[in-house]
Amino acid sequence: MQSSVTIIESKGEKATRQGFADALMELANENPNVVVLGGDVSPSVKVDGFAKAYPDRFFSVGVAEADMMGVAAGLALVGKIPFASTYGEFATGRPFDQIRQSLAYSQLPVKICASHCGITVGPDGATHQSLEDIALMRVLPHMTVISPCDYLETKRAVRRSVSITNGPVYIRFFRDNTPMFTDETVPFEIGKANTLIDGNDVTVIAAGLQVWEAIKAAEVLHAEGISTRVINMHTIKPLDKDVIVTAAKETGAIVTAEDHQIHCGLGSAVAECLVQILPTPQEFVAVKDTFGESGKGDELMRKYGIAREDIVRAAKKVLKRKQR
Amino acid sequence: MGGPNHQPLSVAELKEMARQIRRDIIKMLMISRSGHSGGPLGLADIFACLYFNVLKYDPQNVTWPDRDYFFLSAGHLAPVWYAALARAGFFPLDELATLRAINTRLHGHPAPWYTHGVPGVEIASGSLGQGMSVAVGCALGLRLDKKPNHVFVLHGDGELDEGQVWEGIMSAAHYKLDTLTAIVDRNFCQIDNRTEKVMELEPLADKWAAFGWNVINCDGNSVEEFLHAIGKASNFRGKPSVIIAKTFMGKGVSFMEDDYRWHGVPPSTEQGKQALSELAPTKFGDFFEFEWEKEAIAPA
Repeated sequence: MQSSVTIIESKGEKATRQGFADALMELANENPNVVVLGGDVSPSVKVDGFAKAYPDRFFSVGVAEADMMGVAAGLALVGKIPFASTYGEFATGRPFDQIRQSLAYSQLPVKICASHCGITVGPDGATHQSLEDIALMRVLPHMTVISPCDYLETKRAVRRSVSITNGPVYIRFFRDNTPMFTDETVPFEIGKANTLIDGNDVTVIAAGLQVWEAIKAAEVLHAEGISTRVINMHTIKPLDKDVIVTAAKETGAIVTAEDHQIHCGLGSAVAECLVQILPTPQEFVAVKDTFGESGKGDELMRKYGIAREDIVRAAKKVLKRKQR
Repeated sequence: MGGPNHQPLSVAELKEMARQIRRDIIKMLMISRSGHSGGPLGLADIFACLYFNVLKYDPQNVTWPDRDYFFLSAGHLAPVWYAALARAGFFPLDELATLRAINTRLHGHPAPWYTHGVPGVEIASGSLGQGMSVAVGCALGLRLDKKPNHVFVLHGDGELDEGQVWEGIMSAAHYKLDTLTAIVDRNFCQIDNRTEKVMELEPLADKWAAFGWNVINCDGNSVEEFLHAIGKASNFRGKPSVIIAKTFMGKGVSFMEDDYRWHGVPPSTEQGKQALSELAPTKFGDFFEFEWEKEAIAPA
């Protein structure tokens, strides 16, 4: 018997990085302590508007990401609210030790805003496809890790990040225009996942661009009679364990989906949670321990197995392992 | 200068304080049996000057808005900083005996007071090369608020091998941060060997100058010369200043002086006794007395 399914529609397309830019302009207007650090990629990460409007509060550090994190730490020490922004790989992998010591261990409220994350950055190729950033950031004590799924959610995440004052926040954006589908009337709270579609047979827990892919996959699965729950796990740390355990209890099968390496990302976080509380069959939709290559974003999503069809396949696979 | 409740010490008193700090370092390391001897001993004169003449601070109010900011980028030099902070009243003197011990606030490398470190430490250091960037950010933020506070950052010379230091050096010059003073502990020693053998730094002064800094050379084991250098740095406008302070690793202890092998090891009990015998007690008094010291002064 088919149950009714929530239909979620796209209200046009905009890039998540634009959500960052728009939130930043609002925050800058509201709070004179908001400052931005640029690493010579200002138009790409969309901080050029801020730099033009607030030249005194924009600090170019050149192509020097280690310095960027240290300068951000110093600004935070004297009460500023620094947003350090560059591409995902250069915001995490390159200055990892600076983030670890000067931001996380020192518990300073710096916002690390990373654009061009994931394999979908596309033509730039593997060097620029940050597929390890969630892993690197979530391993750090005192770090908050957010991977918003669309323009509006990014805007809200960036605005809300200012409320975290006892440690750094990592927020992940994507380059391309992507569907806008979250709803302003649904509360956004850091650390509190949103269930977008209810379902009883299997749960897809997704973050970032894979939330939209999960919605589309759920429609396919629903048409085939598989009732699929879709959870938008926008905050990967701290993880909303309650919503995960409830989903595991009620559906008994989990698929995780992310634009990230299979190791140590969202899927691992979910598995770490469930294996300690309620071991549950799980399939991982993620990049399978390999580096990317050039290509278009959607082509790469399919080639590297993180598109909606892969979520459908993973759901069917995990259902075979489900304890009935 | 000094803090709101402090009178700066005279040159003679600063020299005596430096000797006391050296005694403190030796005793801390004899108790902990772990930690760095050479660098901290070489810096005792500079830290005596900083905390008893140069820096503005209030040990009762570590967030005093008018304080100067001091960053120890080379975090392994912590013993000399801890001794100076305790002597300046940031925490009880007897806490120096807890260096590197379980549940201490005196971690092997410094942590800030607002996490699990001691008052007076603004940010963690230990992984080398990060302090210059932090100091730049601090100075930029203060300038944005139109505040005159001075910012100091101290680097080891071996630490200058780290590329991030030079990124920070460029930033400080780019933003013409004349409220920022860097101090380089130029003792020519690092873990593996003499600095010029590990990775050539010379011509060091020319490098800083070429990067846009006002360069001041001085004898970092001379209280008079260091205070003079600080005066020159403080009055210089339009560029950040660096004081390249020539010091001797292990200064004050004959068998440690200028020997890079004393970078990261503590003295044995016998070596510690020898060191203390070369550093005469001062009017400031030790923070701890060993049993053998009590026996030595007990009446017959």
